[in-house]
Amino acid sequence: MSIDLSQFYEVFFEESFEGLDAMESELLNLEPGTPDNETINTIFRAAHSIKGGSGTFGFSAVADFTHVVETLLDQIRDGQRQLTQVQIDLFLQSVDCLREMLSALRDSEEPDTQEAQALKAQFEAILAGDELAGLESNQVTPDDSSNTAVEEESRLGWQIQFKPGKDILKTGNEPIYMLQELGEIGDVELDINLDFVPTLETIEAEDCYFNWDIKLKSDCDLAKVDEVFEWVVDDCEINITPLETLVSAVDEEVSENATELGQAPAAEAITPAVEPENQDSSPAQSAKVTESTPAKKDNAPKNAEASSIRVGIEKVDSLINMVGELVITQAMLTQLSEGDFDKAKLVSLQEGLAQLAHNTRDLQESVMRIRMLPISFVFSRFPRLVRDTSKKLGKQIELKLLGEQTELDKTVMEKISDPMVHLVRNAMDHGLETTEERIASGKSEVGSITLNAFHQGGNIVIEIIDDGKGLNTEKIKQKAIANGLITENSDLTDEEINLLIFEPGFSTADQVSDLSGRGVGMDVVRRNIQALNGSVELASTPGEGSTFTIRLPLTLAILDGQLIRVGEHIYIIPLVNIIESLQINLEDVNCVGGEYDVLRLRDEYIPIIRLFDLFNHEPDSKKMEDGLLVVVEHDNEKIGILVDELLAQQQVVIKSLEANYMKVEGVSGATILGDGTVSLIIDISGAIKLAGLKKSVRRSIEKAVVDLESA
Amino acid sequence: MNIEQLNAQLGELETELQPENMSQYLTFFMDNEEYGIDILKVQEIRGWESTTAIPNSAEYIKGVINLRGTIVPVIDLRLKFSIENVQYTAVTVVIVLKLTQEGKEKIMGVVVDAVSDVHSISDSQIKVSPGLGDNNNSKFIKGLGVVGDKTLILLELNDVL
Repeated sequence: MSIDLSQFYEVFFEESFEGLDAMESELLNLEPGTPDNETINTIFRAAHSIKGGSGTFGFSAVADFTHVVETLLDQIRDGQRQLTQVQIDLFLQSVDCLREMLSALRDSEEPDTQEAQALKAQFEAILAGDELAGLESNQVTPDDSSNTAVEEESRLGWQIQFKPGKDILKTGNEPIYMLQELGEIGDVELDINLDFVPTLETIEAEDCYFNWDIKLKSDCDLAKVDEVFEWVVDDCEINITPLETLVSAVDEEVSENATELGQAPAAEAITPAVEPENQDSSPAQSAKVTESTPAKKDNAPKNAEASSIRVGIEKVDSLINMVGELVITQAMLTQLSEGDFDKAKLVSLQEGLAQLAHNTRDLQESVMRIRMLPISFVFSRFPRLVRDTSKKLGKQIELKLLGEQTELDKTVMEKISDPMVHLVRNAMDHGLETTEERIASGKSEVGSITLNAFHQGGNIVIEIIDDGKGLNTEKIKQKAIANGLITENSDLTDEEINLLIFEPGFSTADQVSDLSGRGVGMDVVRRNIQALNGSVELASTPGEGSTFTIRLPLTLAILDGQLIRVGEHIYIIPLVNIIESLQINLEDVNCVGGEYDVLRLRDEYIPIIRLFDLFNHEPDSKKMEDGLLVVVEHDNEKIGILVDELLAQQQVVIKSLEANYMKVEGVSGATILGDGTVSLIIDISGAIKLAGLKKSVRRSIEKAVVDLESA
Repeated sequence: MNIEQLNAQLGELETELQPENMSQYLTFFMDNEEYGIDILKVQEIRGWESTTAIPNSAEYIKGVINLRGTIVPVIDLRLKFSIENVQYTAVTVVIVLKLTQEGKEKIMGVVVDAVSDVHSISDSQIKVSPGLGDNNNSKFIKGLGVVGDKTLILLELNDVL
């Protein structure tokens, strides 16, 4: 019987990527020396299931590679080997390599095995006890050679104690098959141990009570034997030792063969075909590979937008509960509608409808919650980033993560990750000083970067805080003048100058470094965040550090809106943008250049956009004093939008207008109102652009007004 | 024929086996002229209902409607084809089409005077329309179909938006 395994691919990839993430975060916790057993076990388990799965699905390149990783992990776990920093780095590189290979496989491409080969060669060198090969480490673990030697040279046979767990048959594994498989490897002598078989009346037919002592006479290596028990190793007690009589002979051979141990036969046995290439490839290729990695990595995250989502069972349970409630309410309402309807039923009908409204709201909330994931999914990639970058920069950096359990919508999460990476890199590269500078300015030599997430109102706020030198306002100003963004005599506050770094074409880096200053600037960061209806703010104190604050809506699917009316048309303005609404006092309005009306509100001048003009609609009245002015804020600039009437405030579900139509200037989407009609949502930044009110225009307006006043 | 009957007929048609080279066309009237559109492109037929205007859009774009939760633009084919505008009446209908634009499927409604019938026309019966000069709208005309003594103007509306 053949099963189409491809249907399980997606699950396998998903689990593997999860496993790799787990491996990565645990690896980052590892310290050289004697590691915590539980940590190593977690890493080992992840590697093991990736190996098992990829073997099953026939991704042999992945399986082979993972095998060497696992072998080394196993030795560390058993305390046969000391963990060194070099090994940790190597493991981390393997995680990257595996991730790339798996991504390629997921996209039905042939994985690039070059890097894997190079890494594998390094692993094999370590396994063979030769840690120096191709590596800069000088830490050699003392008991290396004896261990590997025993493993490799006992080729005359193995003594295996195989004690299956009681439940092994229930998990679909059959010891007999394993024994038969051993029989295929070599001659087997079996000793069955029946000590644990209970009396007939207490016997459970589905339990396994046997265990075996097996003498396997074969010249195969340990890996081959391990492979037989690969799937049951966690449920069984398995003890494999070289046949005793042979050990002494092995020891003698060790010294003679020491030079031949360049590669680990353990892996050789599995991949005989691949092996020969390996021998000469390791030093040259590892160098080549490091060069090509950055380019490749840039592509990787794009593919990583998974199409499925894992949901906690309690969320699903609560959904089912609510749907149950809904069905009950519906049944109740149906019952009411049966027979003649009289006044007496009216009260129950109202109650029923209220309950229905309640159920619907609850249901909506829980459905939205399904899409919510803790932000730790994004945060988790930063320890690695900080670790690698700090090494590259030669700075000591400590990363603090706060509020990791804060939840936000999955789509928002996917899109916020890249801007955050950019900001964190910037903070490390430009924000934090070098160790010497820090000591000189009396700070702790370890720089700190804090990522903090929390909910505030209907928003999620993410702060990226560094304790570095803060922004160099003077330098930004000079640069902005050089770039023509501002003029010599522009009168700007320090905050306003600092905000200039978000303008296109602005990079404060003196030199284009590997990390930042490559032209993909802060303007892209801000644009990406604004595309999510969010905002980014910046606070900086010279000498003390800077804080970037990203504010995002919790979800992209729903927004709080203010319904407004112009003539017969109803539009929605996002409530987050609205500062206040007021009736215009004509005395406070100035007309600038016969073109722009400006309202003086307290100490500010606010340009007025007439919505009916902008959208070409017929209003109730064209007179300003008849309408209402909705003051909105965007990009720290205030704009007044003239409308006929304010209607209700309500939550609206955002629907795409582009799906079947096209992008409309000044409109960000559509929604469906309670009466089933469509209403369009106003995009404030688009409306400002449509009105021709660019920043430069606004500035000149303000200036003109000031001149007007003073004249 | 009323809308319910037509919609029912639409449902049946899609399951019927088509002889080779035969296509079925839904025909409709505009200004006493009978037009046809490939029935496989037709999703459903609705009565006219008021739309939500789209700011600064062309005159022939009537706006958007809510089609069971999907936002669907509606265009007036009379206005698009520069035919004299008329008041909408009880028989004015919106034909909801599934069109392909740049490889993506888009749903769109077109307002026409009234729907008429469904005709089977084989490809050989379709005549290339005579060159209509530099008329912008000629690109929407797939050809002329002859059914009995009637001539239908067959439309291809993929890029009408």
